[in-house]
Amino acid sequence: MNSPLQSTVVAERRHSAPGESTAATNVLVVGVGGQGVIMISKVIALLCQQHWLQVKQSEVHGMAKRGGVVFSHVRFGKQVYSPTIPAGEADVVLALEWAEGLRWLKYLNPETGTFIVDTQQIVPPFACRNRKPGGLPGYDQLTVDQIRTRLPGILALDASGAATELGNPKAANTVLLGALSTALEFPAEGWQELIAGAVPARTVEINRQAFNMGREWALHPPTEAPRLDKSPPPASVQTLERSVHLEITDAWCKGCDICVKTCPERCLVLNAHQVVEITDPGACTGCRMCEWLCPDFAIRLHSSIPEPE
Amino acid sequence: MGNDAIARGAWEAGVQVAAAYPGTPSTEILEAIARYPADDIQAQWSPNEKVACDVAIGASFGGVRALVAMKHVGLNVASDSLMSQTYIGVNGGLVLAVCDDPGMHSSQNEQDTRLVGRFAQVPVLEPADAQEALDFTRLAFDLSEQFDSPVILRSTTRLSHCRSLAKVGQRREKESLGFRDDPVKNVMLPGHARQRHPKLLEREGSVQDYLRNSDLIRWETGDTSVGVITLGPAYSYVKEVLPEVSVLKLGMSFPLAEETVRAFCDSVERVIVVEELEPFIEHELHALGIEAQGKAFFPRVGEFSPEVVRDGFRAAGILPGPVLMLDTTELDIEPLVRPPVLCAGCPHITTYMAMRALDARVSGDIGCYTLAAVEPLKAIDTCVSMGSSIGVAIGLAKAGTETKPIVATIGDSTFLHAGIPPLIDAVYNQADITVLLLDNQTIAMTGGQDHPGTGVTLRGDKTHRIDFEELIRSLGVTWLKTVDSYDVGALYQACRDAIEHRGVSVVISNRPCVLDPVKIKGPAFQVQAEGCTACQTCMNLGCPALTWSEARYEGRCKITIDQALCMGCTLCVQICPSDCIQTVAPEAR
Repeated sequence: MNSPLQSTVVAERRHSAPGESTAATNVLVVGVGGQGVIMISKVIALLCQQHWLQVKQSEVHGMAKRGGVVFSHVRFGKQVYSPTIPAGEADVVLALEWAEGLRWLKYLNPETGTFIVDTQQIVPPFACRNRKPGGLPGYDQLTVDQIRTRLPGILALDASGAATELGNPKAANTVLLGALSTALEFPAEGWQELIAGAVPARTVEINRQAFNMGREWALHPPTEAPRLDKSPPPASVQTLERSVHLEITDAWCKGCDICVKTCPERCLVLNAHQVVEITDPGACTGCRMCEWLCPDFAIRLHSSIPEPE
Repeated sequence: MGNDAIARGAWEAGVQVAAAYPGTPSTEILEAIARYPADDIQAQWSPNEKVACDVAIGASFGGVRALVAMKHVGLNVASDSLMSQTYIGVNGGLVLAVCDDPGMHSSQNEQDTRLVGRFAQVPVLEPADAQEALDFTRLAFDLSEQFDSPVILRSTTRLSHCRSLAKVGQRREKESLGFRDDPVKNVMLPGHARQRHPKLLEREGSVQDYLRNSDLIRWETGDTSVGVITLGPAYSYVKEVLPEVSVLKLGMSFPLAEETVRAFCDSVERVIVVEELEPFIEHELHALGIEAQGKAFFPRVGEFSPEVVRDGFRAAGILPGPVLMLDTTELDIEPLVRPPVLCAGCPHITTYMAMRALDARVSGDIGCYTLAAVEPLKAIDTCVSMGSSIGVAIGLAKAGTETKPIVATIGDSTFLHAGIPPLIDAVYNQADITVLLLDNQTIAMTGGQDHPGTGVTLRGDKTHRIDFEELIRSLGVTWLKTVDSYDVGALYQACRDAIEHRGVSVVISNRPCVLDPVKIKGPAFQVQAEGCTACQTCMNLGCPALTWSEARYEGRCKITIDQALCMGCTLCVQICPSDCIQTVAPEAR
């Protein structure tokens, strides 16, 4: 690395020097299906090949593009045996998404590892299960500063936001590669050339800027951590009492089935007398769909939460 | 990639015919072979693994080298042919590339193909990296012809999907041997088979003789207090965590190189076997009266990794340190649950919403749609193997215990693979079931391959396209309706009518996959936040483009749509009770 901007912090953080070390260098790239984990690891692998290093890259696909967890192990050095990185031995964990970074953190070498993470948060539908008033997404509520207390060297950046500002959200991966380039000892020009070859011709310029932006950011990381997309809701929302109760006037119900079919929690049925009945009061979130849609006003919802104006 | 190396090895070996049915992690082998010139190799997708295997067998009869590729469970389908072909032997070299999936990254079981190799008494080669995958594939054809036997080349996910460097060679053209007229060898009648069976046993002995001087078995001398016998990717983990010990690396797991193995075991104080899945080698050693340990320390389930192998050596007292004490950057948090989900705009989503709404007993099948077995769709009750859904549904109906309507759901390619005979059975035996044929016009799960129902071949040429309606009517099905699963109301109505019909009814949903063969992305939708009452109806779709916003209604999170992920399929628009999901205004796009 020839950059005159290089700081001492960065020098300590760097891992491999091609030809200097015999142990393999381990980079773990993680993200969500469709984010470009495989593309990033291919760029790293090609770069290693250009420097005459042995490189193994191992991934699992099949379920990959279906929004699931995607990871790719890249190992390079003079002699590489295992295609996968042992837990606790990754020199770099590069995460394209915040929660994925936290998931794979156990692979990071606790003494010398570098953690580079995009602070964007992709909350899967599976995490949106607590539908009760005050329910929170099942998404890690840890902040960058909390992680920093454990990992002072964390490089958390809003790569997606930065790429969007440059005009192409897809260049977020290149911003991260720019940050990664400061942690591995390959000349910046080599990275740039490979990236230019890997992206569509019309985006070469944006990707060049994105790389430089990520690289500059990592060489001089700002002291203030970027805010995460999702912050916990105000305390007033969290402490809402969840008391909901359905009052059904049997005599008015004609068994039309509308509420049964529309109930999002599927907790209504028609009983033997063709009158609606709630099967699982605990499942009711108080959404009022049945109350609003009943043509006969046979259902009333009593909620301790006042109905908004 | 390991699979590319297998394809290259086959091409270099002069293979002229290759066939397969896609299956993770084996799919890329045939895709890579199809990138070599058509003049060199006839490459094709077959409707299932047995057909593919028979095609390769036929090519071998014809005197040319042939390869068939499949995943481990595919070999179950092809095994009927393999079990006879092993008696017949080969004319042109015949190799089965079979990819196991330890850890079940994308499979319904983790069976060990080596056991099938022993069962069929055919040699099983086990490469450890991409270079060996290439070299062993080439060698497999020579061995097949030398020993007059089909040969299994066993890969695993970690080899098939790992990229590493390999030195390539040139193609060696093989003169066709032509058909060899020899009924006693080629026609398996009881009288002929009786003459062939002893030859199998002789063959096993000759392969063992060959292994005495073969570099398939590599003896790496080191510290003799411990000797490790290992093979396949497990070898690389052993070298990673215990580089100093003596290692015997087996390139062939069946038959066992008895003589070399004995000599190796005699030369070390303690023998440890490191092998993924079954204690195959370990049991062979025990049968030879050799004291060896393996599965006492290394798991019999799941995929190996350097950690697993290190823990095994720690448990065996060979490495210092306690088991499962990793020095890592552990945070005390539960990692986010992020299971694979049906894609945004997936045509299967409404099918399973309808199934759940109709409260059906659903026997599912193998494909992307198996993902509908979990919340929020949670509409599949059983899933066994390729094509089982219809047979299982018939059995459920015949059991007579079910009060719910019985529905089998099956994809287009799975139907052609193994779904036609059970549908014939349903008609023949008058089962009261409904079959939902989810024709998304591709093999989506493995990445969008073609099949006879798409009318396109592996090499991308146009061919006859199966007309599913015509096919199903010809089997004797009288109640048949085709709908577009994006039309939620029509689909729901069709399913209800089909269920009411006594006897076999079939509903075909013909909406193509949103991703393959082409990505179908319409204008994205957005939620008018002021109209959203956070009722969560749309969240029941399980669409990955829908997520919670920070805005709330009565304490519940309102919904927002990720514009980049939204495919514009309109499903959420159709089911939103508040009618608040609308197109993005043109000026805002």
